[in-house]
Amino acid sequence: MIRSVQKFFFNRSSRRATIAIIVFLLFWETCSRSLGWFGFQVPWIGKIPAPSAVITAWIPLLTDSGYWTSWYLSGKRVFSGFLMAMILGIPFGLLLAINRTAYGIMFPTFEVLRPIPPLAWVPAAIIFWPTAEMSIAFVTFLGAFYTIVINVLGGAQSIDQRFFQAARSMGSSQWDIFKRIVLPATVPSIAVGASVGMGITWEVVVAAEMISGGGSDGGGKGGGLGFFIWDSYLGGSYQQIVVGMISIGIAGYLSSSLIRALGDHFSKWTRR
Amino acid sequence: MNIKNKATGEIVLKSVSKSYGYGENLKEVIKDCSLTIESGKLTVMIGPSGCGKSTLIRLLAGFEKPTSGSLTINSKSITGPGKDRLVVFQESALFPWQTTADNIMFGPIARGENTKESRDLASFLLNKVGLSQFKAKFPNQLSGGMQRRCELARALVNLPEVMVLDEPFRGLDEMSKELMWEYYANLYEENRHTNFFVTTDIDEAIFLADRLIIMTNIPTQVAHVIEVDIPRPRSLKSLFELDRANEIKMEALKILHTEAMKSFKSGSKAAADFIDAYSKRVEPIAS
Repeated sequence: MIRSVQKFFFNRSSRRATIAIIVFLLFWETCSRSLGWFGFQVPWIGKIPAPSAVITAWIPLLTDSGYWTSWYLSGKRVFSGFLMAMILGIPFGLLLAINRTAYGIMFPTFEVLRPIPPLAWVPAAIIFWPTAEMSIAFVTFLGAFYTIVINVLGGAQSIDQRFFQAARSMGSSQWDIFKRIVLPATVPSIAVGASVGMGITWEVVVAAEMISGGGSDGGGKGGGLGFFIWDSYLGGSYQQIVVGMISIGIAGYLSSSLIRALGDHFSKWTRR
Repeated sequence: MNIKNKATGEIVLKSVSKSYGYGENLKEVIKDCSLTIESGKLTVMIGPSGCGKSTLIRLLAGFEKPTSGSLTINSKSITGPGKDRLVVFQESALFPWQTTADNIMFGPIARGENTKESRDLASFLLNKVGLSQFKAKFPNQLSGGMQRRCELARALVNLPEVMVLDEPFRGLDEMSKELMWEYYANLYEENRHTNFFVTTDIDEAIFLADRLIIMTNIPTQVAHVIEVDIPRPRSLKSLFELDRANEIKMEALKILHTEAMKSFKSGSKAAADFIDAYSKRVEPIAS
């Protein structure tokens, strides 16, 4: 334990990261308190609550079940939307890549729908789906879906022709080629699509929660992190806005790391 | 363990032509080309670069069909790719997501022959090409020479009736190239099944060949066939010291030079390169 702590502080990159965060927090603290300390307010950043004030507001929240429910709700929406996007997006991307007819029929429609930002779907989703929860899930799903499909499609289309020729001459059937060439060759693209998609999912879920009022489970502080921020804003608790923002940052970082670790695990062969 | 193949194939090409495009854009790559790849021999084909050798290989492999003429293996017409003729490509076509061992077992598993017999053969071959210690490595962790050896093993494990190699050692440095010649010649001398080897390197050709087929400039035809009657096993030293080896080299270079001149006149950049290389290459022998 002591060893690993020591290792952390002697490791150049972790030392740099720690110092950078400390310097950033000091700078922020100084700017926020500039009015009291120096008699003038630093523009823009001077209006933001100081880190110390944010932490003071955060501590009581750590034992508040409503705050953790917000985490849970947003996390659940992100992961269910993301999972649906993976479950539908990977096979759909592969189908477009290997079947010319399917590509001809579906790709143009897909390309017309793709530029529509997921948030533009919010009003329509609220009308389509019976509950607010389902419309949030739908919009979250869309956020990741397009990215995953495009990455899978691109990855599968750029497989070297010689791999197919080699497999065919060694006696591979169509199914064998799909299973042992197309699928593994596409894994790195799936990993890229997944990690980009995960980032978009967090962006979308927060905005969707703000617009739709936190979903049907919501009310008060139980409506997800996006709603938590919006609610804090309406209630004039500026420290809590920042708490919510940093919480989303942490949540997004954790889920991206998880996806990246999974992606690395499944594409070991790309490492030297 | 014995990798000697019971069935070994003979490939016959009868007035094969292959052209691409139509009308004014019609380009004849191979024209009325007839040759026999004799059973149980190592036939090496050499020709100026850009002369349509790779096209010929795609026809042999069954990836493409000739415009006219016929290709047969053991008197059966070639209609598509098959494990009776395996191709080792110019650049590594190892599957990067599979380990060395998995790559070698690809063919047997594809045909549902994941038996003890084929696994034994695979590990025998791994040993033979000196990759036993690297069997759990991925291709990008292997050197260029190792990748080529892995690819040889991946083809050999299928006991093909004919092995087709398309400039398999191109791009390797001089040292590993010579090492690969020895590995490959050694494998061939043990199993003696039909091999068809395409190259642009005259030293490689003479070191390896039983029969040397020299091709004309595009559209490709056979210019000349030389029986390379140098006893096996050969050493690199014999290649420089034997009068017979030098004789063959001179004969081959003369024909290649004439062919390259023709394509140089028709404006081929590749041929110009060849002539340049030829003028440098021939000096030590002439002096």
